[in-house]
Amino acid sequence: MRTLTEDQIAIGTVLPDLVIPLTPTMIISTALATMDFTAVHHDVEGARAQGSKDIFLNILTTMGLVERYVTDWAGPGALIRGINVRLGVPAYAGDTLTFTGTVVGHENGEFTVEVRGEVSLGDHATGTVRFSPPGE
Amino acid sequence: MTVTTDAALHERLMALAERRIAAGEVPGPAAADPVNLPMIRHWTDAMGDANPVYTDPEAAAASPHGGIVAPPAMIQVWTMPGVNRKAGQRPTPVDDVLAMLNDEGGYTGVVATNCEQTYHRYVRPGERLFPATRLTGLAGPKRTALGEGYFVTWNVTWYSGDEAVAEMLFRVLKFRPRKPEGPVGDGNAQDGAGREDTRDRTGENAQDGAGENGRDRTRGRAPYPLRPAINGDTAFFWEGVARGELRIQRCGSCGELRHPPGPMCPSCRSTDRGYVVASGEGEVFSYVVHHNPPVPGRRTPFVVAVVQLPEGVRIVGNVVDCAPSEVGIGMPLRVTYRQMDDELTLPLWAPREA
Repeated sequence: MRTLTEDQIAIGTVLPDLVIPLTPTMIISTALATMDFTAVHHDVEGARAQGSKDIFLNILTTMGLVERYVTDWAGPGALIRGINVRLGVPAYAGDTLTFTGTVVGHENGEFTVEVRGEVSLGDHATGTVRFSPPGE
Repeated sequence: MTVTTDAALHERLMALAERRIAAGEVPGPAAADPVNLPMIRHWTDAMGDANPVYTDPEAAAASPHGGIVAPPAMIQVWTMPGVNRKAGQRPTPVDDVLAMLNDEGGYTGVVATNCEQTYHRYVRPGERLFPATRLTGLAGPKRTALGEGYFVTWNVTWYSGDEAVAEMLFRVLKFRPRKPEGPVGDGNAQDGAGREDTRDRTGENAQDGAGENGRDRTRGRAPYPLRPAINGDTAFFWEGVARGELRIQRCGSCGELRHPPGPMCPSCRSTDRGYVVASGEGEVFSYVVHHNPPVPGRRTPFVVAVVQLPEGVRIVGNVVDCAPSEVGIGMPLRVTYRQMDDELTLPLWAPREA
């Protein structure tokens, strides 16, 4: 697996899309792997009883997927420095989460990628990821 | 829920928040387990994250890390409370602020709006982390798309020994759900207890709401620009709305229901009149989606429907809590009462599960 070097990345570089089908298995397995046992992330009846239309992705998973989106592209040697997410509409089971991103900043060897995770209802998460290519 | 009691509550909230902010960082219980490969493997497997520095010792050794590291975004996972371990948890400086908003203010709804993590370094298997939480902000009351609420912000720092390895800023909106009676969708999906992940979305974007409608409310709500015509014929209807009743005029002589209200029965010409309280259910008889022109106090597009009541009359009202594209003729509805400002409540219509 290659890791992008500083000279291979520029402001304006567009990341390839990442499309994640939000199967119930995806929602539930990630909720449990993030140790989040809140009913709305694994119990359809429980989620509906609380006013949601279905189970939905938990925030710890949103953070994990945003991170994965950037390292899938930048490579395993990229060092993630920070993730800043504004949370939007819920990502319900049965929906599809599509990540898009663009490099928007480059300072002192650190890049900033603007990331958008969209579902059918709109923006699920928008924000930025800061990372450094290796060797800095 | 008068302005006076809100003001008193606001003062007590702010005083409590000030004390908690001043108290600074409060350590929480250490992670149940040190950073470990099995939990990393479960996490990367579920996430579909194939980065080998997290799980493959050889690839990790050859990487800039020189060995296995945990995914940075797993930081919060290490100190999550588990299914039945919650009981022994120490209170954080956030708990009683959320509790006061919830229990005394009626701000029972909660949505998370921001999660911001900074990783000072990668953590490795064997490190035992512990979190420390500090309250950093309480702002409100604000008007948002979800209802009036307060933004509560706290920071968690994770330590390995004395070293801070990562930090998180987390912000939630605690809001008063707009539907006082709704059996579903009252926004109270997760209370403060679920604070490790306190998001429930009712299809609206809290950020948008805060940005577009956010307004300091301490001096009373801005009056809604559209007022109903209340007179001797219609006063009973608006008195009903104020009590959460949908009142339909009934002829005192022949018993026929009529809406909108008027002075005389169109069937028997009697001026003797009373009312009945409708069930609050209805369905879309006809509707339009209003895009233009702009209407003061409203965001376009919005839906204006003629609602057929099972009692036999039709009533005009807005359909809310769903996208205009979801509205259709025959759609089952339930009345919901929205406080538009300090004085005016309007009966609106929300989708009802068939």
